[in-house]
Amino acid sequence: MTIADTAAGATADATGSGAPALSGAPALHFAGVRKRFRDGTVALTDTDLTIRPGEFVSIVGPSGCGKSTLLRIASGLDEATDGTVDVASKNVGYVFQDATLLPWRNVRDNVRLFAELEHLDSVERGRRVADAISLVGLAGFEEHLPHELSGGMRMRTSLARSLVLDPSIFLFDEPFGALDEITRERLNDELLRMFMLRRFAALFITHSVAEAVFLSTRVVVMSGRPGRVKADLAVPFDYPRSPHLRYSAEFAALCGEVSHHLRSES
Amino acid sequence: MSVTVPSAVETDATGDAAAATPAIGATPPRPRSRRRGAGLVSFVLLPGAVFAVFIGIWYAVSDGVLNDQQRFMLPPPHEVVRVGFLDWSNFTTMMSALRLTCEVTFAGLAISIVIGVTVAVAMSQARWIENSLYPWAVVIQTVPILALTPVLSFFFGFALTSRIIVCVIIAFFPIVSNTLFGLQSVDRGMHELFSLHHTSRLTRLWKLQLPAALPSMFTGFRNAAGLSVIGAIVGEFFFKQGEPGLGTNLSVFTSRLEGERLWATTLTASLLGVAVFVFFGWLARRVVGRWYQPKRG
Repeated sequence: MTIADTAAGATADATGSGAPALSGAPALHFAGVRKRFRDGTVALTDTDLTIRPGEFVSIVGPSGCGKSTLLRIASGLDEATDGTVDVASKNVGYVFQDATLLPWRNVRDNVRLFAELEHLDSVERGRRVADAISLVGLAGFEEHLPHELSGGMRMRTSLARSLVLDPSIFLFDEPFGALDEITRERLNDELLRMFMLRRFAALFITHSVAEAVFLSTRVVVMSGRPGRVKADLAVPFDYPRSPHLRYSAEFAALCGEVSHHLRSES
Repeated sequence: MSVTVPSAVETDATGDAAAATPAIGATPPRPRSRRRGAGLVSFVLLPGAVFAVFIGIWYAVSDGVLNDQQRFMLPPPHEVVRVGFLDWSNFTTMMSALRLTCEVTFAGLAISIVIGVTVAVAMSQARWIENSLYPWAVVIQTVPILALTPVLSFFFGFALTSRIIVCVIIAFFPIVSNTLFGLQSVDRGMHELFSLHHTSRLTRLWKLQLPAALPSMFTGFRNAAGLSVIGAIVGEFFFKQGEPGLGTNLSVFTSRLEGERLWATTLTASLLGVAVFVFFGWLARRVVGRWYQPKRG
């Protein structure tokens, strides 16, 4: 099945059902994954993690604990040294830490890139590009070049580029880490809006505990190098989540719990 | 659970997109416009001052250092202008030589660009190709042209073809090295975008590497353009059969001790070099200036 077919199927699913589907086969499954680099550093050891369709899972952990490596393995950019990785769909979106836009392409042409690489036909491509651009709130900025955009807008363009393929699994590698607090919170709100619209399974890496709790159905805490899963906490808040959730006592308590796990030795 | 989705437009109106609008609005503060204000001083007055000093030294050497018998080596500037440019018959001779030198220059440059870019693209595709070819590209550029003239004349005669080949030998290396550098300096993250979608080499080359390499390619073209003028003149200097070019005339005027025409021809050749250099600078700004701002200083 081509990616275009998968994407069309996923769209039909998303418009058909109401609440997130938390059952069924895992979207993403890591079993006993270990990663040892050529220089001998062990980045990951005995990592088990399952993400089911409709789940939004965030990973927090100290720098160098192999969080990014986990995403790179899931996307096929890297291979695991040991263990198995099952990815349910070939249609995986990947948003990097940097927006990595092609500087000679304007917003529209950057958003179109993946659709070109996957050989979508031009009518379908045009429709999806326009949809994605309006979904990330960049309508009217199609002709702008990356160097004319703010950091937040560059990241929106990067999101739109992946949204065009309507992936059923989305990998985020600290996408908002370089943005200011206000822009980051706004993009968090919008990311959740996209999550409810498109119903992808998400694996999201961040350094911010609050961001992890605000976005996720589950927060996974990883240990320092070599990385492995140290704690796995469910987040009980319903979607849609209001920005005011960030100021509630329950939210603060859960953030405290995640921080505690981050700091604990074992 | 009911899911209400706020509209994109609503969020956008208060979003950072809106906050950022002034920055990209009607009159963005462009660093270039500030430089244009200072342009008169930096690009006209300063080089003009250097030119005045240069002419002053010229007069000093011509009138002060050289005696009447030696003055043919460096006649004063006004004599060069009078004999070399204002004498009609001398002027037309020079213009027809200039036309011929231009033909050699542009033919040589065009061939250099085709060969240079092709070789660099081939090198960028496999390390073994790069390792096999790069040393020889360096060697070709360091071989003294003088040593090649007998061989070239044996195969290609003493006329236009040999002149163009000399031009290519002198001009093509900067195109190879700059294009290769550009193709190999593409950001790793951008490569990974293409790897995620299992892109073919050809698509990667066409949609990523070549556009990303354009700024350095133009640097190479510009340097090669200056060198191809030199190459054309050196070629004409050695291969004198057929119509004379500027290089042919340089050698003729040297042997006839016609200092005025020698220096007029030299100035014309330099101006041709400057013209092609400036043209490629302009072309580069037209093609990549929209998205590529070279770092200054």
